[in-house]
Amino acid sequence: MEQQRSISGSSQSPRSPSSQPYLSVSVTDPVKLGNGVQAYISYRVITKTNLPEYQGPEKIVIRRYSDFVWLHDHLFEKYKGIFIPPLPEKSAVEKFRFSSEFIEMRCQALDTFVNRIASHHELQQSEDLRTFLQADEETMERLMSQETGIFKRKPADLMQIFKDVQSRVSDVVLGKEKPVEESNPEYEKLKHYIFELENHLAEAQKHAYRLVKRHRELGQSLSDFGKAVKLLGACEGNSLGKVFSDLGTKSETLSDKLQKEAHQLLMNFEEPLKDYVRSVQSIKATIAERANAFRRQCELAETIKLKEINLNRLILIRSDKVGEAEFEYNQLKAESEEATRMFEKIMRLMNEEIVRFQEQKTLDMGIAFHEFAKGQARLANGIATAWRSLLPKLEACSSS
Amino acid sequence: MMGSENEGFEEAHLYASKEEMENLVLDNPLNDSNSYSNYRSAMSSAISDTSHPLAPSILVTPADSDPILSPPPYRDHLYHNSPTESSYIEPPPFGDNVGDVNGVENHSLNLDNFGRFSRSASWSTSSSSDSEYVKITVSNPQKEQEASNSIVPGGGNYVTYLITTRTNVPEFGGVEFSVRRRFRDVVTLSDRLAESYRGLFIPPRPDKSVVESQVMHKQEFVELRRVALEKYLRRLVAHPVIKRSDELKVFLQVQGKLPLATTTDVASRMLDGAVKLPKQLLGDSSVVVAPHEVVQPAKGGRDLLRLFKELKQSVANDWGGSRPLVVEEDKEFLEKKEKINDLEQQLSNVSKQAESLVKAQQDMGDTMGELGLAFIKLTKFENEEAMFNSQRARAHDMKGFATAAVKASRFYRELNAQTVEHLDTIHEYLGLMLVVHSAFSDRSSALLTVQTLLSELSSLESRAEKLEATSSKVFGAGKSRNRKMEDLKETIRATEDAKNIAIREYQRIKENNRSELERLDKEREADLLNMLKGFVHNQVGYMEKIANVWTKVVEETSCYAKENS
Repeated sequence: MEQQRSISGSSQSPRSPSSQPYLSVSVTDPVKLGNGVQAYISYRVITKTNLPEYQGPEKIVIRRYSDFVWLHDHLFEKYKGIFIPPLPEKSAVEKFRFSSEFIEMRCQALDTFVNRIASHHELQQSEDLRTFLQADEETMERLMSQETGIFKRKPADLMQIFKDVQSRVSDVVLGKEKPVEESNPEYEKLKHYIFELENHLAEAQKHAYRLVKRHRELGQSLSDFGKAVKLLGACEGNSLGKVFSDLGTKSETLSDKLQKEAHQLLMNFEEPLKDYVRSVQSIKATIAERANAFRRQCELAETIKLKEINLNRLILIRSDKVGEAEFEYNQLKAESEEATRMFEKIMRLMNEEIVRFQEQKTLDMGIAFHEFAKGQARLANGIATAWRSLLPKLEACSSS
Repeated sequence: MMGSENEGFEEAHLYASKEEMENLVLDNPLNDSNSYSNYRSAMSSAISDTSHPLAPSILVTPADSDPILSPPPYRDHLYHNSPTESSYIEPPPFGDNVGDVNGVENHSLNLDNFGRFSRSASWSTSSSSDSEYVKITVSNPQKEQEASNSIVPGGGNYVTYLITTRTNVPEFGGVEFSVRRRFRDVVTLSDRLAESYRGLFIPPRPDKSVVESQVMHKQEFVELRRVALEKYLRRLVAHPVIKRSDELKVFLQVQGKLPLATTTDVASRMLDGAVKLPKQLLGDSSVVVAPHEVVQPAKGGRDLLRLFKELKQSVANDWGGSRPLVVEEDKEFLEKKEKINDLEQQLSNVSKQAESLVKAQQDMGDTMGELGLAFIKLTKFENEEAMFNSQRARAHDMKGFATAAVKASRFYRELNAQTVEHLDTIHEYLGLMLVVHSAFSDRSSALLTVQTLLSELSSLESRAEKLEATSSKVFGAGKSRNRKMEDLKETIRATEDAKNIAIREYQRIKENNRSELERLDKEREADLLNMLKGFVHNQVGYMEKIANVWTKVVEETSCYAKENS
């Protein structure tokens, strides 16, 4: 479960720092704490680094899911344009059951999350990350309770974002203004691609999940079949009975193999696919942010024009409000320029991010396919070998 | 690395339908996003025009189903002209014919090179005599009209089947001959056989299926019945005793109307019995069972009086204070019976689990296929929308993966179709258990007849003693006493005769039971062993194929492995 990925080892970002400095993180040892509704899981986060900004070569802190959410949300707010690595689902219902499988998957996903941040050339420099990795538990609690306004609202909640966007759009519509959107054909293509991709991936993930279930079901039925065959063998007696008994035993062995493979499939194939879906959703959130930035830029541009006209008018009539108006105008100008900068930054970042994303996903999927194929080959070979071992006995039986 | 679209699909063209569909989906760039539904509709049209050699006998093929999924027709055909799909599969050929070539198509254990059995239970296959064969084919169903006055206006349509026999058995007096028979004739044959061969394990005839005949499409039903009839008749000729029976010979050879006594229905029999009863009670007709009736069970016959007597006897057996005069003493038989019951239970259990297993294998294959298809769509999508080389690389990886998944899916489903066949032996033997029970009940009803007659005899004899002991105190009563004595002695003699016949019948049935149980044990052992062999060979063969498919993907994606380690 421990994945120690050092920055120097990864070839994900074309801009990774030189191999000298390293930052390696792992999320591990989930422990269930608390009772009933209050129950939660705590994780050990181990940081190994030689970076000067960090407090030492190794630091271990205890974090819970909401802490990861804190980190995610902060990064999302501060690094607009970058595809923030996605978190595993909140899942209010499963919390109560907290099956060991659920915990294992979540731990793996959180580990991936932190590692991706730590290996992203920009995100890894964030102060929030440092806080997350190093602050003691009391400090974290204090920080969490201090959250106000925008962070309390958890903008990472995609639905929330879209609701905001929707409401703003409807405001604009009601205000009889046209909704502003970029007219950028390449960007349109990208948006279309992302939305379509999510659909395809969701379907693939659905079948992957079902496949895990099928493995379990086949394992169960082989086990039951084996038991029944053994009983039938007991009925028969003599050498045939022995063969039946052997077959039944083999059947039960194979059932184990299938259950194991089901677990492998879940962790090494279905979970990466789910992660892929989450990543795409994260991109959608960034797309929404870009839309916000674009709209803000447009709104400000509009407002500035009006202010300029007004200012000139005031100058012309030598009004004593000129100073005030000029001040406002300059302020707005600064804001407008800031908004434009922001928007252009997002555009630039997104272009880089999409390249990184595609490369990352090709790598991730390649690994996933490899693991899947390995598992299936191993399973099939195991089944063939097990059955094959019965053949000599079967032959011996018929010749007697 | 970015190979052509057709890379890896050359071999796909060897296969039927599914890979072709795969090609359709992948090669057609104009294919819209509903490629999945295209696949399905293309799939079902492929089914209808496939040159699947078993296509003619595929009965019910709903639009979405795979021809592979209808197993019953498999059993009755030889595999030598196998479809293209099996050309890929070569598990080690296992053994040659176990048992003998007797030409009956339901051969024991002929594993052809394709790793599949043209399997049949050897209890339905004669393995005793060498080089003798009787081959039966049922074909050519035709509608015919009831000749004359049927009560139902416009009614009286029925179907006849052409039953062709090829044989080298001299008793038949011919090499090849055909007759036309209707289902009613088969019922008659089955009933007459049941009467003549009490105690034997007679293969059960096909159901009357009254409901199905109304509900199903005529054509499908007739085909279903044709197959069932063929199977039934083949089993009959495979039975070592039945194959020599007159009833069967007559059924197979005599043209025109079947010259066997028809079975009247239960209502008529009861009516006849009710008519007879008063006479019996008043002593007008003989109260003793006639010899030809003794050899049949009381139940289902016309003799209500006998029925009552035997019922009384059976109640006395169960609840009465005294032990009946003859009981089932054969310990060996009782043990066997216990074993049979136990066997039945276990067979039933295995049957249930086998069904679950088959379903699970099927689901596995289906879901694997769906996963593959989802990735095929993704591949197309990424290729169409690719802006970066990393996408094209990914699309290539996906294609390899998806192809493997689709192939594996196909293998799972083929494996399953054959698993169904192999495990069907269990179901056959379960069906046989019913027959065994029926043979056992022949025995117990014969025993009941004996017991009844014995106790009747004993009570008659004590009456005779009493009568002997009474002195004629009244003048003139002596004559009537003597007459009564005569009658009584006559009755005793007749009952004695009936008793002896009944005992002989009982012994005969006992012997039938015994020999049949022996035969059952031997054949069951052989059949179950073959079932296991077939099952195991099947699994080995297909699992190897599946492993190869995935090993190839492992190699193709090995570049990612280094990164991960």
